[in-house]
Amino acid sequence: MSGYDTLRHFADSWGLLAMTILFISFVGFTFRPGANRRHHDAAHMIFRADDQSNQGRE
Amino acid sequence: MPATLAKSGGLFLAMVVALVAMAQAQDSAFAIHMGIMALAALIAAVAVMATSSTTRRLGHDESHYDDAPVRWGVIATTFWGVVGLLAGLFIALQLAYPVLNLGLEYTTFGRLRPLHTSAVIFAFGGNALLCTSFFVVQRSCRARLAFPGLARFVFWGYQLFIVLAATGYVLGVTEGKEYAEPEWYVDLWLTVVWVAYLIVFGGTVLKRREPHIYVANWFYLAFIITVAMLHLVNNLSLPVSLVGAKSYSAFAGVQDALTQWWYGHNAVGFFLTAGFLAMMYYFVPKQAERPVYSYRLSIIHFWSLIFLYIWAGPHHLHYTALPDWAQSLGMVFSIMLWMPSWGGMINGLMTLNGAWDKIRTDPIIRMMVLALAFYGMSTFEGPMMSIKSVNSLSHYTDWTIGHVHSGALGWNGMITFACMYYLAPRLWNRQRLYSLRLINWHFWLATGGIVFYTASMWVAGITQGLMWREYGADGYLVNSFAETVAAIHPMFLLRAFGGLLYLSGALVFAWNIAMTIAGRIRAEAPMTETPYDARADRPLPAPALQPAE
Repeated sequence: MSGYDTLRHFADSWGLLAMTILFISFVGFTFRPGANRRHHDAAHMIFRADDQSNQGRE
Repeated sequence: MPATLAKSGGLFLAMVVALVAMAQAQDSAFAIHMGIMALAALIAAVAVMATSSTTRRLGHDESHYDDAPVRWGVIATTFWGVVGLLAGLFIALQLAYPVLNLGLEYTTFGRLRPLHTSAVIFAFGGNALLCTSFFVVQRSCRARLAFPGLARFVFWGYQLFIVLAATGYVLGVTEGKEYAEPEWYVDLWLTVVWVAYLIVFGGTVLKRREPHIYVANWFYLAFIITVAMLHLVNNLSLPVSLVGAKSYSAFAGVQDALTQWWYGHNAVGFFLTAGFLAMMYYFVPKQAERPVYSYRLSIIHFWSLIFLYIWAGPHHLHYTALPDWAQSLGMVFSIMLWMPSWGGMINGLMTLNGAWDKIRTDPIIRMMVLALAFYGMSTFEGPMMSIKSVNSLSHYTDWTIGHVHSGALGWNGMITFACMYYLAPRLWNRQRLYSLRLINWHFWLATGGIVFYTASMWVAGITQGLMWREYGADGYLVNSFAETVAAIHPMFLLRAFGGLLYLSGALVFAWNIAMTIAGRIRAEAPMTETPYDARADRPLPAPALQPAE
C-alpha cells in the first residue's frame, strides 16, 4: 500500500474515531456537575474590581 | 548598559548583512527590500540607544498594565484601515474605468488587489488583533504583559512585515497564492515575529493572577497557533537564489492548490473568525456591562470551530482535479459549521438580553450588534455557497466577492471599529470619546455602504453565473466573456459607491479617534434625552362627585 492509502485509511478510521471522541469529551466536560457555578464565575471574572482603566499610566 | 551595547551592535550587524545582500541582489525588487530591511535595522538601533539614555525601564512597574503597544496598535489600525479601504475603492473604480490602471505596471489592478486585501486583512485586521489581544490578555489575566521588549518587537516587526509585503506587491514580487502572496524572505521574517507574539501572549497567560483562562484568550491562542501552522506549511518553498526574490512552492499541481486553500480558508477561519470572536467575547460583555449569555455555549462554540473549520478548505476547489471525496468532505464540514457559527452569534446577541434598549441608546453596542448580525449572515451564506450545485453557479463570479465583503466589512470591520471606540478613551485616559454622534454617522455610512456593496455583487454574480452557463440550441455558449463584463458594469459602479460610503464612514472614525487622542470633547446634544412633561408631573385632582343614579 502506498503512503497515500495508509494515511487515507488511518484518517477515515482511527483518526476519525479519535477526533470524534476528543470532541465529544471536550463538549461533554462543560456539562459535568458543578460546571454551572464555575461558568458563572468565569463569565463574571472580567467585571471584578476595577480592571478596565489604567490610572496613572506608566 | 552592556545589554544596550550588544543589542544596538547586533542591529548594526543586521544592517550590514542587509546592505551586503542588497549589493549582491539578483533582482531590483530584492535589492529594494534589503534596503528597507537595512533602514529598519538602523532605525531600531538608534531607537535602542535613544531609549537607554532615559531612566525609564520597561517591565518594572507590575502595578500597571503595559498599554503603550496597545496605544500604538490603535493608531496603526486606524491608519491602515483608511489606507486599505482607499486602495479598495481605487481598484473598484479600476474595474469600472480601466483607464485608472494609469498605463504603469506598478498601478495595475493585478498588483493593487493584493495590496488592498493584505492592507485590510493583515494590516488593519492584524493590528486590531495584536492590540486588542495585548489589552484583553492583561485585563483578563490580571497580569502585566510578559516580555515588554519582545512585545515592542512584535508590534514594529509586524509593521515592517506589512511594509515589505505592500511594496513587494507593487514591485511585482508575489508567490501568487491568495492571502499568502509575500515571498520566502518576508515569510521567514513574519515567522520570527509570530513566534515572538506567541511567546509574549503565552507568557502573559502563564503569569496570570486568575485561576481560569477567560474564553477570549482561548480564541486568541487558537488564532495565534493555527496561523503559525498554516503559514509554515503553505509557504514551504525553495528560493531560486539566496539573494533573489523568486521562490518555487514545495508542492505541485492539485496538492499545491489544496494546501493553498487549506491555508486560505483557515486564514478566514482562524484569523478573521477566531481572532475577532475573541474580541467579541471580551468587548461585547464589557460594553454591555453584562456577562456573556452562556459561558458553556462559548466553550462549545470554541471546540466546534476548532474541530470543524480545518476541514472546510476543499470547498474552494469544487469541480477541479481534487478528488471528489475531498470536495464532498469540504462541503459537508462547511455546512456543519453553520451550527457553531450561529451558536456564537446567538451567544453574542443574547448577551444583550434584558438590555436591548442599549441598541437605541449606545451607538457602540449598535455597531457590535450589526457586526454580529453580519457574522450570522455571512456564515449562513458561506455554507450555502459551499454546496456543490450552488457553487457551480456562484464560483468565480462576483457573488464570492460580495460574500467576502459582507463578512469583512460587516463582521470584521464593524467589530473592530466598535472595539477601537471602546479602547480609545480608556487608553488615553479621556472622559469619553470626542463625539458619540459621529459614531452614529459612521454607523449609517458603513451600513449603507455594505448594503450597496453586497446587493450589487449578488446581482452581478448571479448575472455572470447565468450568462456563463447559457447554451444556445446549437450547443454553443451564447455569451462571450466581454459581454458578461459589459452586463455588470452598472453593478461595478454601485459597488464603488458602496465602497465610497464605507470609506467615508472610516474617515469619520479616524477623525473621531484622532480628536479623542488629542483630548478634545465635542460640544453636542446627547444621543438620547430623558423626556420630561411638566403638565404630566403632578398628582391627579380628586375626581368630581357624580350624582347617584
